[in-house]
Amino acid sequence: MVDGIQVTGVNAWFGSVHVLRGIDLTMAPKAVTAIIGPSGCGKSTFIRCINRMHEVVPGARVSGTVLVEGEDVYAPGVDPVQVRRRIGMVFQRPNPFPTMSVFDNVAAGLRLAGVRRRADLQEAVERALRQAALWDEVKDQMDKPGTSLSGGQQQRLCIARALAVDPAVLLMDEPCSALDPIATGRIEELLLELRGALTIVIVTHNMQQAARVSEATGFFLMGEMVEFGITRELFTNPRDKRTEDYITGRFG
Amino acid sequence: MTAGGRRVVNHVMGGLTALAAGLVILPLVLIFAFLLFQGASAINVEFFTHLPKPVGEEGGGMANAIVGSLILVGMAAGLGLPLGILGGVYLAESRDRRLPWIVRFLADVLNGVPSIVIGIFAYALVVLPMRRFSALAGAVALAVIMLPIVVRTSEELVRLVPSSLREAALALGIPEWKVILRVVLPTARAGIITGVMVAIARVAGETAPLLFTAFGNRFWHQRLDEPIAALPLQIFAYAIAPYDDWHRQAWAGALVLIGMVFIVSLAARVATRGRFSGVR
Repeated sequence: MVDGIQVTGVNAWFGSVHVLRGIDLTMAPKAVTAIIGPSGCGKSTFIRCINRMHEVVPGARVSGTVLVEGEDVYAPGVDPVQVRRRIGMVFQRPNPFPTMSVFDNVAAGLRLAGVRRRADLQEAVERALRQAALWDEVKDQMDKPGTSLSGGQQQRLCIARALAVDPAVLLMDEPCSALDPIATGRIEELLLELRGALTIVIVTHNMQQAARVSEATGFFLMGEMVEFGITRELFTNPRDKRTEDYITGRFG
Repeated sequence: MTAGGRRVVNHVMGGLTALAAGLVILPLVLIFAFLLFQGASAINVEFFTHLPKPVGEEGGGMANAIVGSLILVGMAAGLGLPLGILGGVYLAESRDRRLPWIVRFLADVLNGVPSIVIGIFAYALVVLPMRRFSALAGAVALAVIMLPIVVRTSEELVRLVPSSLREAALALGIPEWKVILRVVLPTARAGIITGVMVAIARVAGETAPLLFTAFGNRFWHQRLDEPIAALPLQIFAYAIAPYDDWHRQAWAGALVLIGMVFIVSLAARVATRGRFSGVR
């Protein structure tokens, strides 16, 4: 079995707008890969292609192959629901389910997948909350609404919710852009702890963040991947002029 | 403008909006007060437990009409609510463009159709084939009146659920139908219930569509395929009769009708209250 994520020749469209052009990229297993680039460069669309969330938008289309742990998620007959069970996702803004408690939020994925035994749920919820470094803060408020937590806690709750179903991959779409610096710091620490446990892809427009948390970084510009490499090298010694312009703040 | 002038304008405008708000609830308060004044004297235990007395005899009640209205509205809700809520979900979630547009347009047209026309429709659809007036025919008429209200409010409320919640649920690997059932609808619940209550309140007071469907009945109905009494029909019959005590009973019936709508709304809110609120 091949680990990690191999993306080959991926193109994506919104209606007739071609937003991703021929992306080839290999993301190492159990490591953090960062995707950087200016707004509108297609980086969010790119990670949404990995768990087949791009096609949820009306009129959106994808072509190419995406191998997750060796399996093509776009092969005919593959059920997107099954793909998404193995790939967790965290969004830009914390989005806990407002009608559910802290516990129910984390248990949601398991429950809706058919897990019923209370003991199993409790065990999985505690494990996920510990993994998301939230357990100590919420263990006495499991019955409170998920939306009653602070913004940073809500985002870690969403991370726990994604981790509870034990995914092989975690996709994060600018997970800190709505958080203050302290909450951002906690998420970054968490990322460093989680790497080694699963394959993480994080989209960020914060280059310092990419530098701090990732092993490899891809730079996207106008729907194309300009450069991909070891994070340290990409930031200190970019091969492409456009990458250099971007990381030195000359545009974007 | 000076600070003092701005403060004056602020107070005047604030006062005007408060006045408008007061005028909005004034009719309801007046109606309620008037009903209490006119009908309260005729309300007693007998009113709730007895059948109407024959002409010329004092007393009697509207027990059959109260039960009849509950049955009619209950059956109409049983027919109309599942269909309406599912239809609303379809309109909000469908990716198709043409069919939802048509359904939405027709629902709005249906909403504007006079209720007596819907009564004629139910007459042709149920009464003629069955060859008799019936509770069932009345319920069908009321359900048709409820449909567009429930469809449109359900659609609006389902649309109000942030797409980020849908995406969060889909990304967890939850099938779309379960996302709608377990995440979207619970989030929209409070608002949908408001729409449902509006629809129930609307049909509870409908008279015209019942005239030639449920027909009315001065006695207890035995079966649902027989004519059944309903409060609005009874109120209508008593109000146009030339007897003073019937007039009093008509007022009392109207008071009971409003009271029932009020209690059902309140009960539905309490019974379906989630632990946490979603979209309102």
